[in-house]
Amino acid sequence: MRSRVWPFLLGLCEILAGTLGASTQAWAIDPIEMSDPILQERYRSLTQELRCMQCQNQSIADSPVGLAGDLRREVRELLESGSTDAEIREYMRARYGDFILFRPRFSVQNLWLWLTPVALLLIGVIVAVRIVRQRAAMVANDPSEPGEGAS
Amino acid sequence: MMRFLLPAGVFAALALVLFIGVQRAPEKSVIPSALIGQPAPQFELPILGTNDGFNNASLQGQWYLLNVWGTWCPECVNEHQMLLEIARSQVLPMIGLNWKDEDAAAQRWLTQLGDPYDVVAVDRDGRVAIDWGVYGAPETFLINDRGLVEYKHVGAMTLNVWREQFLTRIPRAPPATGGER
Repeated sequence: MRSRVWPFLLGLCEILAGTLGASTQAWAIDPIEMSDPILQERYRSLTQELRCMQCQNQSIADSPVGLAGDLRREVRELLESGSTDAEIREYMRARYGDFILFRPRFSVQNLWLWLTPVALLLIGVIVAVRIVRQRAAMVANDPSEPGEGAS
Repeated sequence: MMRFLLPAGVFAALALVLFIGVQRAPEKSVIPSALIGQPAPQFELPILGTNDGFNNASLQGQWYLLNVWGTWCPECVNEHQMLLEIARSQVLPMIGLNWKDEDAAAQRWLTQLGDPYDVVAVDRDGRVAIDWGVYGAPETFLINDRGLVEYKHVGAMTLNVWREQFLTRIPRAPPATGGER
């Protein structure tokens, strides 16, 4: 038994190591280090929350295409010129629209996006409360129910 | 009865929503421009093959097209004939924005395939393209006489797109010949 499990575990480790290796390679797309470690950290997080418009499921930090590189350069220059994170996000949004932000803004257009989960949760709570109440009423009213009185 | 009707209704509603979503998938792959109705971003760039500069402020007060292209862009070959036809129709000036390209290659392209542009501005490092929210060539912008971006088409220009999306938006040429009808 043990001899059969070990190769499997080893294989799993290899796969995991492989994916880890791949993700560190993805980092190598952007070897740029900014002079200031605080700026570097802001640069890293900003480029990860901006969408690469050409390869739409990657951030500009992960994408090797030319436009992503240009946008990273833009972020870098804005950071160096003293822009705040919010200003940089707005700069990108003004040019490419809400679509470039992986974290959507709270705006009138996006209202449904933010409110739908809340509405669904509310509906769920209402339905759950009603079911619980109905059942409680059923138990209380039904004398044949071997509930409270039976024992 | 509710027991069956409710799940069936939910299923039908969900099916309808998903069906509409699938039907609309092609148009959703094109990201709408954030610049529609906004002032066209200004730029000053060198003109291809010259030492002169071009500023799009010089086109203020008139309708024009801005076509973003590059010799590295495969779809640009496909739309080139259509661009030449548009240029021949002389409806409005067409500015080329040569995006992240090499001057020599761009010049060769225009000599070989024909030059539909009134001016080709060279955006070698892609900064102007970012200001315009360009994400893939070819893209064609329509700018109106108030300097606002009226429309943007992403992908190759075709006769249908030109007729239905551009010509319908451009007011008829000034009635120099005494107007129509």
